[in-house]
Amino acid sequence: MAKVHVTTTINGEPEEFLCEPHQSMLDALRGPLGLTGSKEGCGTGDCGACSITLDGRLVCSCLMLAVEAEGKKIGTIEGLAQGDHLHPLQQKFLEWGALQCGICTPGVLVAAKALLEKNPDPTETEVRFWLAGNLCRCTGYDKIVRAVLETAADMRRAA
Amino acid sequence: MTETRYLAAQTLDEAIGAYAAAAGAARILAGGTDLLVQMRSGVLRPGLIIDVKKIEEMTAIVPKADGGYWVGAAVSGAVLAEHKGFAATWPGVLEATNLIGSKQVQGRASIGGNLCNASPAADSVPALVAAGAVASIQGPHGRRELAVEHLPAGPGRTHLKPGEVLVGFTFPAHPKGSGDAYLRMIPRTEMDIAVVGLGVNLTLAGGKVTAARVGLGAVAPTVLLVEDAAKALIGSSLDERALDAAAAACRAACKPINDKRGTIEYRTKVAGVLLKRTALIAAERAGRK
Repeated sequence: MAKVHVTTTINGEPEEFLCEPHQSMLDALRGPLGLTGSKEGCGTGDCGACSITLDGRLVCSCLMLAVEAEGKKIGTIEGLAQGDHLHPLQQKFLEWGALQCGICTPGVLVAAKALLEKNPDPTETEVRFWLAGNLCRCTGYDKIVRAVLETAADMRRAA
Repeated sequence: MTETRYLAAQTLDEAIGAYAAAAGAARILAGGTDLLVQMRSGVLRPGLIIDVKKIEEMTAIVPKADGGYWVGAAVSGAVLAEHKGFAATWPGVLEATNLIGSKQVQGRASIGGNLCNASPAADSVPALVAAGAVASIQGPHGRRELAVEHLPAGPGRTHLKPGEVLVGFTFPAHPKGSGDAYLRMIPRTEMDIAVVGLGVNLTLAGGKVTAARVGLGAVAPTVLLVEDAAKALIGSSLDERALDAAAAACRAACKPINDKRGTIEYRTKVAGVLLKRTALIAAERAGRK
């Protein structure tokens, strides 16, 4: 089967990869690109564990074809930390223990970062609605929501 | 197993040519939130995927001189919500569109896709029907216009002819004193499929309804335009009698199924309740004192 050559930008770095035309972006990330931080929970856009940004917009990478990355800017969980320096959301999730098994965590972090870029001062209701597409089956939602709100407050103070 | 090819069409003519040439083996890709799920489940293995998101006409939101709007079929709910002019004019269309799935899904799922997927419970469709949106369709034999309520043919089926592509929607001008609203009933607050969905669009003058349209979803094989409900509202001041009559018209229009989300009796009753609630929200937005 003829593979397609895709030229894209991932976490600010130019990247090239080969994929099948029907392959999802999630499969390309976890396969040829070796970026296994994005997880496959459902593969049907219900769980949000594969959340990435596409030209800055939050999407499920399982519902996007890898070939659609051509010429676009992709953001994944691997792009949150700057070297050893964790993103404030990651730091807060660690401090507050806002994760249990961790499978949903990369998707939650990518989604929460997208929220805070759009809305630096969300209400608890806004955080809960925004993260409604990120399922946590350990049901640790309360700590997740609190960690996001607290990070938002920290980032506003630092700004 | 046949090979799948991918084409990012640069023009509408290129997309329509390739779609017609593939003779049924091709699928249109806008947001992909239905298509990729069908491909993954093995229901569908298209020979050709035609991505229409590089076609300007299909991704544009254009205010028209008469106060109406053109909205490309491939525009996502998230992009539409960020258009301040559209958001101010059609809040009901947006509240319907942005009830579809999660933020992740709203960033991709298109309005045209929601209509063409032809789910009886599609959230955006009752609001589009209430708005009086007209679908613009192009195929190998030219262009035609079709009111949104005439496009779905049944669950998963549309009246698009072979080779035809939904290009976008024309929203009519919204006269002063108009407002629209959409409500859906689901057992939880987010991420679920409508038990009933109902859109109302009305215009008020001097406290009386001068124009009204009611779109009703998830209670029949296709989303319905309930003309009898609109008739009951027009000429009234949305008093209890008019609302009762419109609610009765909505209940009478229901031909629902029993399923895990709701029984026939429940869906029918809720359709009437939603009519009253939605009409009052639309009236408030229309500036009713």
